[in-house]
Amino acid sequence: MSNEINTGLVNNGRNNAPTATAGAEAENADAIRNVLLPTEQRPTPAGPISGSLTYGWRAMLKIKHIPTQLFDVTVFPLMMTVMFTFIFGGAMGAVVSGTGETGGVAISEYVQFFIPGIFVQTLIMITMYTGMTLNKDISKGIFDRFRSLPTWRPAQLVGALLGDQVRYTLAGVIILGVGFAVGFRPEGGLEGVVAAFALLLVFSFCLSWIWTTFSLLLPTEEAVMGVSMTLIFPLTFASNIFVPTQTMPDWLQPVVDANPVSVVVASIRDFMLGTNEGNLLVVGIYCVVLVAVFAPISMYLYNRKS
Amino acid sequence: MSSYSSDLAIECRGLVKRFGDNTAVDGVDLTIPRGGIYGVLGPNGAGKTTTIRMLATLLRPDGGEAQVLGHDVFAEPKTIREKIALTGQFASLDEDLTGLENLILLGRLLGFGKNAARERGWDLLEAFNLADAADRQVKKYSGGMRRRLDIAGSLMVTPELMFLDEPTTGIDPRSRNQVWDIIRTLVAGGTTILLTTQYLEEADQLADRIAVIDHGKVIAEGTPGQLKAQVGAGALKVRVENPADRETAAHILETTVGSNVVREKDAAALTARLGQGASATPALQALEESGIAIETFAMGQPSLDEVFLALTGKPVEAEDTETTEEDHDAGASAAAAGGAAAGGAS
Repeated sequence: MSNEINTGLVNNGRNNAPTATAGAEAENADAIRNVLLPTEQRPTPAGPISGSLTYGWRAMLKIKHIPTQLFDVTVFPLMMTVMFTFIFGGAMGAVVSGTGETGGVAISEYVQFFIPGIFVQTLIMITMYTGMTLNKDISKGIFDRFRSLPTWRPAQLVGALLGDQVRYTLAGVIILGVGFAVGFRPEGGLEGVVAAFALLLVFSFCLSWIWTTFSLLLPTEEAVMGVSMTLIFPLTFASNIFVPTQTMPDWLQPVVDANPVSVVVASIRDFMLGTNEGNLLVVGIYCVVLVAVFAPISMYLYNRKS
Repeated sequence: MSSYSSDLAIECRGLVKRFGDNTAVDGVDLTIPRGGIYGVLGPNGAGKTTTIRMLATLLRPDGGEAQVLGHDVFAEPKTIREKIALTGQFASLDEDLTGLENLILLGRLLGFGKNAARERGWDLLEAFNLADAADRQVKKYSGGMRRRLDIAGSLMVTPELMFLDEPTTGIDPRSRNQVWDIIRTLVAGGTTILLTTQYLEEADQLADRIAVIDHGKVIAEGTPGQLKAQVGAGALKVRVENPADRETAAHILETTVGSNVVREKDAAALTARLGQGASATPALQALEESGIAIETFAMGQPSLDEVFLALTGKPVEAEDTETTEEDHDAGASAAAAGGAAAGGAS
C-alpha cells in the first residue's frame, strides 16, 4: 500500500518519457499562466434576469443534445388527445351535448368541450418532469459548482422553469394541432387561442414551483415522480376537464369548482370558446399564492441542500 | 471576531456539521495563510469534503465559526462566492453539454457578455490543451480531460482561493502529473489553494502545510516534513524470490531495522517501517549476506494507512464503501514515485 519509489524493475513502461515532454510541459505552464486574468478583473456576476436566461439557455442546449427528452412533450400529448377523443368522446359527448346521442355526432360535440381541457391536463402532467429533471441535476457535481457561483441564486430554478416553457409550448401546439385535425373549431378565434395559451403557460410556471419544492425535498427522482403523480391525478381528474361539474354529486361540486385546475380550465374555455364561466381574478390569485408559498420554500431548501 | 485577520485565507474554529446522528465534522480548527497550497489529508468519510463544502458556503455549519478571505461564512456568503472557485470531487460539469458550452455557461453566470464568455472559453480550452475537444460532449471526455476542463472552469475569472476536492482521485498517472503542474502554476500566480487528498504522496508533493483529518477532527497539522518526522521516514518493501525464504528475511529485517515487519498478503512480500533518519542499508546488507534471493526491494513513503497507524495507533477504517477506492489507491501509488530510490535488486 505504500507509495513506492519504484525500482527499475517496476518502473519500466511507466513515466517513460519525462524528458521528452518536459519542454512541452513548460510550454503548457506558460500557456496557463498567460490565460489567467488578474484577480481584480472580473465582471459583475449575472443578476436575476441574465442569470435566469443563461440557465434557460442551458435547458435549450440540453434539448439540442438529447432530443429524445422531447418524447414526453410530443408523443404523450398526441396519444392522450387521440385516445380520449375517440374512446370516451362517443359516450361523454352524449352527456355534454345534452341530446343523449352517442357516436360520431357526440364526438364532435365532445371535442369542443374537451380539447381546452386536455390542453390543460397534458401541460400540467408535463410540469411534473420539471421536478424530476431538477432532482437529477441536484444529484450531480455541477450543482455544487452552480451554488458556489456569486450569481443570483434562484436563477437556476427560474431558468429551468423558463426552459420548460419551450417544452410546454411544443406540447400545447401539438395538442391544439391534433384537436384541429379531429374537428376542434374554437369560437374565440386565433386571439382567443393565443390568450388561452399565454394564460396556461403562466399557470404552469406558477404550478411548477410545487414540483421544484418536492424535487429539493425528496431523495430520488422516483420519489419525486411518485409524489407528483399522487397529486396530479386528483388535481386533474377531480376537475371540469373531462365532464361538466354539474354531472357530479352535490357534495363533490364545490370541491371540484374550487380546484385551481377547474378555475384555469374555465378561463381557458372562455378564451377559446367565447363562453363566460371563468374568473381570471381567481386564476391570478391562485398563481400568486402558488409562487408566494412554494418559491420561498424551494429557495430555503435549495440554500440548505446538502 | 476581532482576532480574525484578512491576511488569512481561511480561519475556522470548532466547525461542526451533523447529518442526522452522524457528526461528519466534529470541531475542525484551521488557520490557512494566503498564498501557497494547504493540504487536507484523510481517508474516505473523514469529513474532508464536508469541511470544504462548509468553507465554500455550500453547507451551513451546525456549529463553530469560519472566516474565508476575511469574510464570515454565515454573514457574507455572497462576497465569499465572488472570490472563490470550487472544483468538486465529482466533475462539476454538465456532462450533456460540450466543453465550450460548459465554459460559456459559467462565463455568462459570472457576468461575461455572450462574446466575451465564448472568447474566454476558447482561450482556456487552448491553454488547457482541450481545443480539439471543444465541441465534444463532456460525457465523452476521458477522466483527465474532465479534470482539466473542471479546473479551467474555475479559472474563468481568477479566484483568490480555490478549493480542489480530491483533484486526482480516479485519474491516470499522466493526467495526475498534468493536474499537479497546473496547480503549481496557479499558486505561482498568487492563488491560494486548499486541496483535499487521500494520498500522503500528493500532499507531500504539493502542500506547504498539511492537516490530517480523521472522524471529523484534525489529528495532526504541520509541514510535510514535520508530519513525516512524526510518522517515520517510510517503509522498506522487500519481495523474496522464493516465498519459503520469507520468514528468514523477516527475522533479518526485524533484527536490523528493529521495527515490526508486516507480512503482506502476497506470500513473498514484506514491509518494514523505518523510523525518521533510519537507514535501510544495514538491512539490505544483512539480506545480501544471508544469501536469500531478493526479487525487488523499494523504499516507499508511508502510505495513508501507515500515517494513520502512526498517528492514531489504529488503521484507517473506511466509513464509505466506495468500491473503487482500493483500485485508485493502488493505481495512483504505483505511479506516485518521487524522491530517491534506495537501490536495485542484488
